[in-house]
Amino acid sequence: MTVLDLLIEHAPALIVAIPLFGAFLMPLVSRVNEKLRNILALSIICLTGFFIWLLATDVLARGPRLYIFGAKNLASPMVRILFEVDSMSIFMITITVILAFIALVYSWSFMKEHDGLDKYYTLVLLLIASTLGMELTGDVFNFFVFLEISCIVSCALIAFFISEGEALEAAFKYIVVSSIGALFILFAIGLLYAQYDALNIATLAQVLKYTFLDKIVLVLLVVVLGMKAGLVPMHMWLPDSYGRAPPSVTLIIIGATLASFYGVLRVIFTLYGNVLSNAMRFALPVNVLVGWILIALAIISIIVGVIMALVQTDLMRLIAFAAVAEVGYMFLAIGTSIAALGSPYATTALQGGLLHLLNDALDIGLLFLVAGALYYATKKRLLDDISGLARNMKYTTVFFIIGLLAVAGMPPLNGFASKFLIYESVYQLNPILSIVAILCSILMLAIFVKVFYAAFLGPELPGFKDVKEAPRSMLLAMGLVAGLAIFIGLFPNIVIDTLVKPAADALVNHAQYISTVIGGI
Amino acid sequence: MFTLESGSGFWNPLLWILIVFIAFLLLYGIRGFGRNTYKKDTEQTKAFLSGNKEPSPDEMHVKASNLYWGFTTSLNNVYTALRKMHTGNTSDYVLWFVIILAVLFLVFGVM
Repeated sequence: MTVLDLLIEHAPALIVAIPLFGAFLMPLVSRVNEKLRNILALSIICLTGFFIWLLATDVLARGPRLYIFGAKNLASPMVRILFEVDSMSIFMITITVILAFIALVYSWSFMKEHDGLDKYYTLVLLLIASTLGMELTGDVFNFFVFLEISCIVSCALIAFFISEGEALEAAFKYIVVSSIGALFILFAIGLLYAQYDALNIATLAQVLKYTFLDKIVLVLLVVVLGMKAGLVPMHMWLPDSYGRAPPSVTLIIIGATLASFYGVLRVIFTLYGNVLSNAMRFALPVNVLVGWILIALAIISIIVGVIMALVQTDLMRLIAFAAVAEVGYMFLAIGTSIAALGSPYATTALQGGLLHLLNDALDIGLLFLVAGALYYATKKRLLDDISGLARNMKYTTVFFIIGLLAVAGMPPLNGFASKFLIYESVYQLNPILSIVAILCSILMLAIFVKVFYAAFLGPELPGFKDVKEAPRSMLLAMGLVAGLAIFIGLFPNIVIDTLVKPAADALVNHAQYISTVIGGI
Repeated sequence: MFTLESGSGFWNPLLWILIVFIAFLLLYGIRGFGRNTYKKDTEQTKAFLSGNKEPSPDEMHVKASNLYWGFTTSLNNVYTALRKMHTGNTSDYVLWFVIILAVLFLVFGVM
């Protein structure tokens, strides 16, 4: 076995272990040198990214990879800590590490003037480790553990600007909602364990019978993870949290939120993949019922998201409501693919939904970074208080224009490519849904045109004559995201063929996921 | 490689850029037929407000909350309902979660 093989073999564990170990190094390194701490944090993410790349090349070429903690051969896979990495996990951890890298580059300047940065970097790396853990684990209980770590760490990070009362309030709301959700997940896991003596996703997927208790588990998991992903009407924690956390943190929390969305996909496609299309309810296969429920919640999310965004005066809250609408687009695509399982457009919908997951993270992330740059330069949050900033913040203005066009799904940016797939596939299920989605996208454009006018155009207010452009590290972070948005927009097939299609195939062909564990032990 | 197929349609961003580029070229050509009477830094470039003095930037600033007032006013009933829903009270956040949970329990035949 070569060194490279050895690295690939242990990559699933190292991808979580490196940021986890790095998190606890941060307070020590902070005492030595603050610049060294920042460099170390970035190096840790780069190293994690390197292992993700190694693992991705292997998994995309050879199929899912299993990593069992503490043993090589086991008689029973029922209860054991194990990671199972398929193309879907690779897709998710790639997004997480990209967001993490950009957030750390942005933090370099944005957080410079704040105290307690040793704690900040510790918490950020812990949040990244827990998000990666959620996306790599092949075990429902470990998923719960990583979810809990992510909730607690996110809460601390949302409250990072502790001098602002609203930040503390947002963190409190977040932890209450998250803890209640996590308790329901634990209850659901308990129900599964009580019935099947197993915690492993693949093992559970093979033996699941869709009993009365399994129905309860399905509802609990989908509703809680839907709430964590920001589905209306359980979305209210999201504008509070996104609106008050430091923008660099928001970027990583977006990654954690998407990990919950990934959880919904894992539950429906993998855990219940064998039983949903066979079980019936109201003379319909249950997969159709689940699909239409998700579509209904998605449409409500899109409409409520854009309508509420229109009247927001706080820029970050406005973007957060736009993020709710974007989550709606993802659920609309996923709901369509589940409701129409087996039809040709179901695959297109799934691919569109997954591509939109990446695009949402980048586009909404870019807008938050721009909002952070405006706050950094003006110390103002309210749109009514700012005007004419394009004169002094030219690069930030360009990045905002790219962000607004991308999030509104304007060609040729990345948002259009994914929305195009979503509109086309959803139209075949029901044209009205597609028309509503397109109209809301137009409204989204109108909302961000308003923001553009209010913040960047208009007269130069006396207080902003000396406003300076954002520092270089913040511009670099925004430039990276904008560059990715343009690249994916111009060459969507590269991303779709490399990451999205394998991820969609991995979700649909859940038998391979199950056989990797059952055959791997 | 550059064409994204959806099964029922296609999207080629490079083709789109080419078309937009040609459209801009045409517009630029049409613009060339116009009269060039613009003189920089003269009275011509100042705002004409019927002889009144130009207000200060503070007074001219149309605030973000004033934009789209027609739209928001016509949807007043919707906004009233949505504002009632977004109370900011954590108990209400949990209540919505419980409501959705209960509805789905009913739909799936648990209750």
